[in-house]
Amino acid sequence: MGKNWFATRWGIIGVGALIGVIAALLQKFGNPGNMGICVACFERDIAGAVGLHRAAVVQYMRPEIIGFVLGSLGAAYLFKEFRPRVGSAPIARFVLGVFAMIGALVFLGCPWRAMLRLAGGDGNAILGLAGLTFGVFLGTLFLKKGYNLGRVKATYPSVGWLLPLTMLGFLVLMLIYPQVSGEAKSGVLFYSQKGPGAMHAPLAISLIVGLGIGFLAQRSRFCTMGALRDLILFKQTHLFGGFVALVVFAFATNLVVGQFHPGFAGQPVAHTQHVWNFAGMMLAGLAFALAGGCPGRQLFLAGEGDGDAAVFVLGMIVGAAFSHNFGLASSPKGIGAHGMAAVVVGMAVCLFIGFTMRKTAKSA
Amino acid sequence: MAATVDARGLSCPQPVLMTLDEIRTGREPEIEVRVDTDTSKENVSRAAESQGCTVKGVEPDGDGYRIFIARK
Repeated sequence: MGKNWFATRWGIIGVGALIGVIAALLQKFGNPGNMGICVACFERDIAGAVGLHRAAVVQYMRPEIIGFVLGSLGAAYLFKEFRPRVGSAPIARFVLGVFAMIGALVFLGCPWRAMLRLAGGDGNAILGLAGLTFGVFLGTLFLKKGYNLGRVKATYPSVGWLLPLTMLGFLVLMLIYPQVSGEAKSGVLFYSQKGPGAMHAPLAISLIVGLGIGFLAQRSRFCTMGALRDLILFKQTHLFGGFVALVVFAFATNLVVGQFHPGFAGQPVAHTQHVWNFAGMMLAGLAFALAGGCPGRQLFLAGEGDGDAAVFVLGMIVGAAFSHNFGLASSPKGIGAHGMAAVVVGMAVCLFIGFTMRKTAKSA
Repeated sequence: MAATVDARGLSCPQPVLMTLDEIRTGREPEIEVRVDTDTSKENVSRAAESQGCTVKGVEPDGDGYRIFIARK
């Protein structure tokens, strides 16, 4: 069996660097500011596109997300790593996905976007990344105490296909009902006419980039939560190399194309409530750590047949709907009317999961 | 005799935690770790080597792998 180069130190650094460059360039092609790629924001936009929430400014069927899952599926099949599996407390993973999204939308971004915001000069991202790190740290405390959602079981290949097929279905809907200029709806799909949801690269570019990153991330196991977790838990810097490379290369690309604007106020799709930038990402970080992967990694796992990761993804999409329907999500004006309450409830739920779902090492 | 760690069906970071626990607390000169994903195979091997242990071999085992680790 050949060695997987992408899983070496230089492999993960290379993939992180490539994601950094491509994400910055996607903004040039039309994606929103410091949001070349944001898994949380883009899944939220998908929730809007299918009408699960009706926030008019964040509705678009993001092809990048579709590409991530299908690209990972392709890599998994090509390298014989497609392993259909389910059964590790799916309902707990769904709930973690819901609150991961709620926390991420209080900050306004997933870990990838937190890094891209930093690379674009948005100082508020420092609070978000600090909160993310602290949340992951809390997660490692549970892991050390035996927190564990249990073993998966092998299942039918078609089970592993369900999320990729869902994504394929979304792509087909997008082709049947393409965006019509000046119209808020095309067939069954909603499209933003203004705001971040109206800002997007051409479909073909977004899809190809998504497929490519999905393929490479499956090979390299790129994970931002894992980067922080392994550093804290094992003092291991392997995944962290990819994390740093993403920030450095996105920063360099932003400098070259004139997208670096340092400061706190007036940053694109961001607010300056430091405490809540920290707290939102603390909640998200804890939820990611308890679920075993950042939002991107969950998409790549779902592509290689992990049905529990697929359930986490669906949890995030539903969480986005709750976020906007209940006024939990932030906006550039600040946090939502019930954002604070949502973070408190989310932390309580995550702590409940962390404290109650554990086994001793011997009984695992 | 080799100690056996059965991490099949568990996802990151459990296989690594269980392997490191055995490396630190066990007494057997060899440890056999059973995993069922390529990611776990890579992570367990990397973690063992970071502890100064040697990965003597990896064998396919059904849908997964057996990883043979020797203490330093």
